[in-house]
Amino acid sequence: MESLRDKCAIVGIGFTRFSSNSGVSVMNLALEACKKAIEDAGLTNRDVDAVLTYNMSDSVPATEVATGLGLSELNYHLDQWAGGNASSGIVITAAMAVATGMCKYAVCFRAMNGRSGFRMGGGGRGITEARGEDQFLAPYGWTSWAHSFAMFFRRHMHKYGTKAEQLGHIAVACRKHACLNERAMQRKPLTLEEYMQEPMRVDPFRKYDICLETDGACAVVVTTAERARDLRHRPVYIMGAGYGGGPLPNSYGLCTSAWLNWPDHTESYAKYIAPQLWGMAGVSPEDIDVAEVYDCFTGEVLIQLEDLGFCKKGEGGAFVEGGRIELGGELPVNTHGGHLSEAYIHGLNHVVEAVSQLRGDAGPRQVKDAELALTTGFGYTVGSAMILRR
Amino acid sequence: MCKPRKPLPVPDLDTQEYWEGCKRHELLLQRCKQCGRYRFPPSPMCHRCMSMSYEWTKVSGRGKLYSWIVVEYPTHDAFRGDAPYAVAMVEPVEEPGVRLPGGLVDYQGVELRIDMPVEVVFDDVSEGITLPRWRPVGCRGEE
Ligand SMILES: [Zn+2]
Repeated sequence: MESLRDKCAIVGIGFTRFSSNSGVSVMNLALEACKKAIEDAGLTNRDVDAVLTYNMSDSVPATEVATGLGLSELNYHLDQWAGGNASSGIVITAAMAVATGMCKYAVCFRAMNGRSGFRMGGGGRGITEARGEDQFLAPYGWTSWAHSFAMFFRRHMHKYGTKAEQLGHIAVACRKHACLNERAMQRKPLTLEEYMQEPMRVDPFRKYDICLETDGACAVVVTTAERARDLRHRPVYIMGAGYGGGPLPNSYGLCTSAWLNWPDHTESYAKYIAPQLWGMAGVSPEDIDVAEVYDCFTGEVLIQLEDLGFCKKGEGGAFVEGGRIELGGELPVNTHGGHLSEAYIHGLNHVVEAVSQLRGDAGPRQVKDAELALTTGFGYTVGSAMILRR
Repeated sequence: MCKPRKPLPVPDLDTQEYWEGCKRHELLLQRCKQCGRYRFPPSPMCHRCMSMSYEWTKVSGRGKLYSWIVVEYPTHDAFRGDAPYAVAMVEPVEEPGVRLPGGLVDYQGVELRIDMPVEVVFDDVSEGITLPRWRPVGCRGEE
């Protein structure tokens, strides 16, 4: 069986305005992002024959978007119930579909009114009946993703002595990059002192450890390397891919309760998919020019950098200090500003940014001569990552 | 506008035994009949050996503090008056590696530490529902 390495490429990217109140429907956002990605690739609705998306019951179905786009035929589609863990995964799935001849040009999208509509961060907001996994959490006021991730990250601080200031460096780097990105929602400069002055939101996390809430959509078009050569932009090849996780402990539901019994909360899915990811790509962490790392919270960036081998386990705190993850540093991370400062489009905005960087189209935030990029999607026990190359 | 109400558990076919136990002020965990290991949250199958036979077994209610948070900005309106409040994950002494979520009580003035001993207390919050919560032990002198 042949590897997926270099078989497929991302050939189009599209995104809407990122805001806290789009004033339009989720369908409107999805169609706009898909249209822009298709046109960016130099294609039309007569070429695209597959639509893939992921959502947490907060978006629109793939088939409806296919209908809205007026596709001539639909040869593959997928509605995956998933959060950010699928952000690289959906692109990998599209690549598998085009590589096997199921379809020719696949558009992947993530669309949501994540601030004015269904708010991910407030999963327990207002409920009075706690069903499913919520029955063990919500009665105690454990009602948000921030609560879960803060709870788990304390283990890293305990085991490795990781400090709040070190998380602050991640928030500051993302903001610095967002200031160079006209589509970023937060463009007011942030200092480490300002980060530390914010009171705890959910101890051990402060305000700037927690991502934004966004109305918006992103989309990318995937096709085979062969077809990619004839299109408008320089193709961005999928060189390495991983989508999965580690030992799956007992759970009740798919979210927080699935993570309660995770063997060690200082680690993530990334540790388990790293061998396949690097093995397929045939490169190693020191080869990566730019890393777009899923940042629902600051701490998760640090855990993934460790698990993927950019530094030793437990040394992530020191790794993110001293400007190493800023533009001009050894490993620029989240050059668009990430979820913390650009927008929270469940990781697909990270894929879009990686493609911009590898095309050399990232303007004032361009990483010089970027050849290899990493993208990730975090879901603690499961997640996804890609190595992309120009 | 009526005051927001705190969420209460809605027991289901997999979880009703657990909540029935709480009502009697007993902490019950499922114990696999094949491999003898405890598990939580409730599940029809043992994730270690795939056995579907188990019994609900009373445990001591003692454990270690695995982690905790202090919520300063609640996202559920009914908890606004409680902030700051602490929620914990506790490893029961019978089965380290299993983590039980629950609110922390009587922790004011106590320096919380990972692995500190805690014990269960039962709070009858409504006619039908009793919530287990966790209290630090052995960190204050006999008063
Ligand atoms: Zn068993």
